[in-house]
Amino acid sequence: MALWGMVIDLDKCTACQACLIACKSENNVPFVGKQQADRGRIISWLEIISETEGEYPEVRTRFIPRPCLHCDNPPCVKVCPVYATYRNPEGIVAQIWERCIGCRFCMAACPYAAKYFNWHQYRIPESMEKGFNPDVYVRRWGVVEKCTFCSHRLLRARDRAAAEKREMRADEYVPACVEVCPSKAMYFGDLNDPDSVVSVLGRSPRAFHLLEDLGTEPKVTYLMEGERHALL
Amino acid sequence: MHSSRHRLNFEEHRILFDPIQNPRRGISIFMGILLAITAWGGFCYILQWRYGLGASGLNQPVLWGFYITNFVFFIGISHAGTLISAILRMAKAEWRRPITRMAEVITVAVLYIGAANIIFDLGRPERAFFLFLYGRYQSPLLWDASSITAYLTASSVFLYLPLIPDIAILRDRFADRKWLHRFYQVFSFGWDGSPRQQKVLNIGITIMSVVVIPIAVSVHTVISYIFSMTLQPMWHSTIFGPYFVCGAIFSGIAALIVMMVVLRKIYHLEPYLKPIHFNYLGILLLVMSLLWFYFTFSEYLTGFFGHEPTEMRVFWSKVTGTYAPYFWTMVFFNFVVPVLILSFRRMRTIGGVLVASISVLAGMWLERFTIIVPTLANPRLPFPSGIYFPTWIEWGLMLGSFSFFVFLYLLFSRFFPIISIWEIEEGREVGLEEVEERIRSYLPETAGTFNSREKERST
Repeated sequence: MALWGMVIDLDKCTACQACLIACKSENNVPFVGKQQADRGRIISWLEIISETEGEYPEVRTRFIPRPCLHCDNPPCVKVCPVYATYRNPEGIVAQIWERCIGCRFCMAACPYAAKYFNWHQYRIPESMEKGFNPDVYVRRWGVVEKCTFCSHRLLRARDRAAAEKREMRADEYVPACVEVCPSKAMYFGDLNDPDSVVSVLGRSPRAFHLLEDLGTEPKVTYLMEGERHALL
Repeated sequence: MHSSRHRLNFEEHRILFDPIQNPRRGISIFMGILLAITAWGGFCYILQWRYGLGASGLNQPVLWGFYITNFVFFIGISHAGTLISAILRMAKAEWRRPITRMAEVITVAVLYIGAANIIFDLGRPERAFFLFLYGRYQSPLLWDASSITAYLTASSVFLYLPLIPDIAILRDRFADRKWLHRFYQVFSFGWDGSPRQQKVLNIGITIMSVVVIPIAVSVHTVISYIFSMTLQPMWHSTIFGPYFVCGAIFSGIAALIVMMVVLRKIYHLEPYLKPIHFNYLGILLLVMSLLWFYFTFSEYLTGFFGHEPTEMRVFWSKVTGTYAPYFWTMVFFNFVVPVLILSFRRMRTIGGVLVASISVLAGMWLERFTIIVPTLANPRLPFPSGIYFPTWIEWGLMLGSFSFFVFLYLLFSRFFPIISIWEIEEGREVGLEEVEERIRSYLPETAGTFNSREKERST
């Protein structure tokens, strides 16, 4: 069975936020509006974390795109009282929207702040209705939601393969953010296959994980910015 | 006539029947006001139900605020009761007699309100029963649900058992009032005060005292686990279990003292609640204050000395940053005020103990708040770090919670004596002798008894 994972090369990432937008429209993520956004209620399954280091003139800002990291040892799953979030056999940390009671314990437990809450019943603006993705369930008020690695695309790819009576190939399943990345900084694939691109890149000396020391074992690996700086 | 219960002099305990027999108008009006504030809280909740939890000031990353603070605070207060009364019973502290009932009522009333506050905090309250349908024992939240349910059951029984003989007294007293009489008749469970019944009752109370103590300790321990089982800075601490239990007993005693002073005043209970009771409770409060300070000091010094960057962000936000006013007010209210007042015998008057208790209640509420919010506001990853201002809806629900607590308390005192009549009588009839006997057993035998025994042996 496959174990899905992602690699993000920070040297290639330009922080253009195309992944963020692709994610929003692919997954019917609601726009909360300016007023709610100012109150800290943006929902954005994939977020570009920025960190500025140093003082002028030695300033450096780093950008890290952060989807849900789909930890192999997920702190959010441990604390859910009703089994609304779980790690499925293929490594995807999934959320059952209709089971969630909205206690937000998983959000408090997630060290990456990758989970979002529906503070209101949000509506998709009328002008956006044509862009609505019928493959993705629309979350209602009062539940926690998060990145699913576009698992609906996995289901679709598997269905297609089944209809054509063949095995699904790993490259048939790609999340929206990876597909859209203009600088090809994001890679996706099967971590159980030692020759897959994510496995190969994961062995790079530049590979690291976010907050590695917490032992959450994320399946999103980052490649450190370095090649360019090494030349300096 | 089976026993002294029926020969009880009603007139002597007239004060205790008064709130039931001749309810005072002022108190009824006050209860009406409390109910109106509670209704206002209910209205706020309806609004929140309609607009979603977004009606509160909660956000990301501060996703828990007033509701969880109140939940931890109220459940903490519930330790007043049952735990104090069970420990005092087990320790055979004779001065407990007029206090136990008041303490036990606090527990039962406040547990409902604590549980309600966790419902206020749910995004989908109508799914709360999923906890029972799909409950998953790996989650500390389910440990909580189990523990609080057990505590509610045990403390209700613990309140009810010693109430039975008093309900029987009321049944006899109000023989002429049709409905009231029937009500008491049902709940007195056919009590006639026979020696056998009394023996069974005493065994029951003793068993419950033993059972209730570990349950009470478990309740606040697992509440602390909600926080300490996560990896978040300044939550992930092994000391949290005992620290929370200590804080719970601390705030519980304070709440008990405040309720005692209030009821003493409005129901004229001066003959029952004497300065000595407040003096003793004041000493208990002082001990808990010192213990609380010891825990707090250990907790913050450990964090500071280790100097882990994420811990330190939360630490400084409490000590010098955004949450410093709350933090230092907490230290002042929980440690400085009670220790200054309660260390001196001359200051441990009813007024002094009351001031210390009110200060502790405010301080402990702030303690819960400063444990929950600053950690959430300073997450590990750089994030537009959170600010949290409760909305008027949250204030409304908080006021409603407090009012409903006092309302439930007064409602209880409207139908049942707030001081255990039979236990006071028992103190007079049995307690006095028992204590004398006990003290004698502590001491070496006197020359007189020794000689007489020698004489017995030689003959």
